[in-house]
Amino acid sequence: MTAVMDAPRLVTARPLLTAQGLSLNYGDVPALRDVSATVYPGEVLGIVGESGSGKSTFLRCLNLEETPDRGSYTLDLPDVQGNLFDLDRFARRMLCATRIGIVYQNPHLGLLMRHSSSGNVAERLLIAGERRFGVLRHKARGALDASEFPLARMDAPPEELSGGMQQRVQLAKAIALEPALLLLDEPTTGLDVSVQALVLDTLKRLQQDRRITMVIVSHDLGVIRTLADRVMVMRRGEVVEAGLADQVFQDPQHAYTQQLVHAKL
Amino acid sequence: MTLQSLTKDWEPMAYGFLDGSAKREIRRKMLKAISVPGCQMPYASREVPMARGWGTGGLQVSCTLVTPRTRIKVIDQGADDSVNAASIRKFLASVSGAPVTTDTLQADLIQSRHRIPEERLREDQVLVLQVPNPEPLRSVQPNMSIARQMHADADYGRMWLQLYEQIVRSGRVMQGASYPSLVNGRHVMTPSPIPRWDVPKLHMARHLTLLSAGREKRLHAVPPFTRVEPLVFDDVPYRVEDHAGLTCHRSGARGFFMNEIPQADGTSLHEVSDSDLGVKTIRAAEGEDTRIGATWYVDGEMS
Repeated sequence: MTAVMDAPRLVTARPLLTAQGLSLNYGDVPALRDVSATVYPGEVLGIVGESGSGKSTFLRCLNLEETPDRGSYTLDLPDVQGNLFDLDRFARRMLCATRIGIVYQNPHLGLLMRHSSSGNVAERLLIAGERRFGVLRHKARGALDASEFPLARMDAPPEELSGGMQQRVQLAKAIALEPALLLLDEPTTGLDVSVQALVLDTLKRLQQDRRITMVIVSHDLGVIRTLADRVMVMRRGEVVEAGLADQVFQDPQHAYTQQLVHAKL
Repeated sequence: MTLQSLTKDWEPMAYGFLDGSAKREIRRKMLKAISVPGCQMPYASREVPMARGWGTGGLQVSCTLVTPRTRIKVIDQGADDSVNAASIRKFLASVSGAPVTTDTLQADLIQSRHRIPEERLREDQVLVLQVPNPEPLRSVQPNMSIARQMHADADYGRMWLQLYEQIVRSGRVMQGASYPSLVNGRHVMTPSPIPRWDVPKLHMARHLTLLSAGREKRLHAVPPFTRVEPLVFDDVPYRVEDHAGLTCHRSGARGFFMNEIPQADGTSLHEVSDSDLGVKTIRAAEGEDTRIGATWYVDGEMS
């Protein structure tokens, strides 16, 4: 008797995110050279590489903060069509606010340090048009709770909080509108090892509970190994190796990846 | 034809103090501002014999609008007799020959700092408000270039964030003056530092309001019969100051915006902030023939 098996998800599903041939130069310096990536719904793509490899630039392009010289970027969402780099400022802002969440390495980039933490989360909802105080309060509390932020401090400004707490506020802000795509730019860099582990725990739990599609950038292989399903290794603006996380870490093909994996061990 | 015959004789000073080209520029910017209600229009902002920040913006607009037959009233925080109000009134009269008044009903042009008169203004009256900071987004976006983009995109979410913060910290909206308001459903403006009490008076008003900031070199306008809606949460209604139940200790007027006068024993007395209304109320009580116009607030309720 033969069991009828479903085709693997990666074969049947359509990718949520498709970026093709992104190239970007800063003056004479190429930051991205023909970088392509696909991410499937519910999947976590990790991007590793040394400083200056273009991984953060790539993420900024995905967040529509930067427009590459060449390349296309599409999201497979009901009301989103065409190359997102062709959108005007207004459409980009609405898309970023409602469909894409981002957590920066430096919380100063993502947070209003003097406003309350709950206010930072509420800002997202306000941009999306929510005008009821009660609902804002309730949803902000929910999002902060989901990112395991101590609710007793929800009205404290981020400048009074520790680094780990600031990252949780950023995370709550990013997931407040249940985005289709969550971008994480070195979310745990600069935190001490134990706090790093706690934040990673939260991220992992969120990913499992909500099946959020994530792109995570880090130079720390441990972080990528913990979270990512697939890995892309970048160097000097190019993708040198890509594949399943286990496969890349166990059996690195490219010389640079081998070096990287070795250096970690 | 000679140049002499085409030009006017030399005069020591232009009519209304500002020279013709300056007035022409302000007139054009006023027309633009009226065409796009609530949108800030930059203008040159010439020198006037007064320090920036003391009402130079309002003064330039008044100098432009004034004619020898315009009756001028100048208010400072509701009072006609403060030094600032008296000086501006005297200056306007001396450069234009226009008659002056303190009576709101008789005035054609009212320049005001921080108050709108309690008596309803008519179609034929113009209110000029002096504005220290015309940019409502400044407190949430210090970068003016980005603030301009936010106006263009009607990206005003952060204004509500400001209100959110106030409610979270203090249990209510603390914004006392310059309450951000949406004009004609499109542009958020700061209505100059008038109290919350005065903002509803601008909504669908019969008169033209011009708001001008001399130091910041911007002016905006609320044309007659234009919607002016203070920004609020759907579930937290707009509240004016609790002055409805207060009585003026000098005139006995009730239900208007009051100034608080602290007393030595720790209590406080109240005095109606619109000094002209107070004076007229006293005169009426003493049996003089005085006409008090219809007021926006009746018994402390906006009508």
